[in-house]
Amino acid sequence: MKHIGKQTVQLLNPVTIDCTYSIVGPKESEGPLAKFFDNTIEDAFYDESTWEKAESKLNSTSINGCLCKSNKSVTDIEYILAGDLLNQCIASSFAIRDTNIPFLGLFGACSTMIEGMSIGSMLIDGEFANNIICSTSSHFCSAEKQFRFPLELGSQRPPSAQWTVTGAASVLLSNEGNGPKITHVTTGKIVDMGVTDANNMGAAMAPSAANTLKTHFEDTGRRPDYYDLILTGDLGYIGHDIVVDILKADNYDMTKNYNDCGILMFDREKQDTHSGGSGCACIGTVFSGFIYNQLQSKKLNKILLVGTGALMNATSCQQSETIPGIAHAIAIENI
Amino acid sequence: MTNPIKSKKHYLDYVDQKTPNSKTKSNFFIAFIVGGIICVVGQAIIAFFASRGYSKDISASLTSVILIFLGAFLTAINVYNKLGKFAGAGSIVPITGFANSIVSPAMEYKSEGYVMGVGAKMFLVAGPVLVFGVSASIFYGVIYYLMNSVIV
Repeated sequence: MKHIGKQTVQLLNPVTIDCTYSIVGPKESEGPLAKFFDNTIEDAFYDESTWEKAESKLNSTSINGCLCKSNKSVTDIEYILAGDLLNQCIASSFAIRDTNIPFLGLFGACSTMIEGMSIGSMLIDGEFANNIICSTSSHFCSAEKQFRFPLELGSQRPPSAQWTVTGAASVLLSNEGNGPKITHVTTGKIVDMGVTDANNMGAAMAPSAANTLKTHFEDTGRRPDYYDLILTGDLGYIGHDIVVDILKADNYDMTKNYNDCGILMFDREKQDTHSGGSGCACIGTVFSGFIYNQLQSKKLNKILLVGTGALMNATSCQQSETIPGIAHAIAIENI
Repeated sequence: MTNPIKSKKHYLDYVDQKTPNSKTKSNFFIAFIVGGIICVVGQAIIAFFASRGYSKDISASLTSVILIFLGAFLTAINVYNKLGKFAGAGSIVPITGFANSIVSPAMEYKSEGYVMGVGAKMFLVAGPVLVFGVSASIFYGVIYYLMNSVIV
């Protein structure tokens, strides 16, 4: 039985992260992690006529880039697992429609990348596939348009607001190779603590992230200090602090090795990003760019990656529904 | 420390306390200054037309037209959103802000075509203001009419 504890799977044959590719927008390429991304675009339109097309093109660039970087060809890939924030995941499906690779569309909001890597690694460990690409994208402009106000509207953002990352990331999972390995998968439950403020996503998702982390520690018997780095997706500054507080109450010390991709992505003071970055591409590009590089150079050897998602849409917010949070964790180790 | 997620109510109180507030004082001040400047510009335009011999009504109408044009123009060249980010209510409340709220969705939704995009979405932000503004003025008008007819 590979299932251990309540919600965790321990992979019998750890799955290799063979290759990653990240592409980001103009603002991200001015941030502290700029040098780690494979590709950057200077214009948010990316030579397209709409934001949606631009996001889709980011996604297809990341998939093609990932294939080019690896020594695999399109025919070696058995599945693509991908999703994004646009209604019905069109950024992913439009990007993938010409690839001729079997496609499973996913929606886990901003946890989609880790949801994809969770399912992908279980498919490979279960010997249902040898090579799988997991991909995701988000775009500041298409997200603002769908969830908030038009870009040119002269309004102010509250301090708790986060900045959707423009970018896309792809990861190639394989049953062979020497890269870092996914060893454990902890699938999260939906946790909804009643937050209704769509401008405070970190607070909406933090209880779910804390729940998944706690469950992972209980299921595996590990403590936070087992890992060199624990990284959540896009809780931002506020959500990060909340996770530390919640887990402190459960006697887990998260103050030493815990960070959040939304915090790492931007320079809050210089780039005016308030509570930090967000969006599917936040954890996607920070992992594919920065973290994968650190794993390959052995500066990091054991990490726990927690994708966090807010499972709401524009309509549910207008109907005053609360925001359910979800978080999925994968352990990645150099073994 | 108690666990923040002890109960939903406890968590929401905890989040309130954890979330930084907007800088209300400086926001009020900047809004006052910028909104004031926009009004002074409007007043100067009225004075200009008045000095050219236009009647008060015509001067006021021409001023509205010019301010709306300026608001729309600054929106189109990507300046008004930056002003709005700085000034908040100071640039939202004057008539230039109203122009901004109509032009910005028109620009944003141009990609969905001129009918279902620009046409249908143009009043996305300003629509409620118009609906309730017109309703309130009708309501006020009815009361005014009744009061006058009772007194007379």
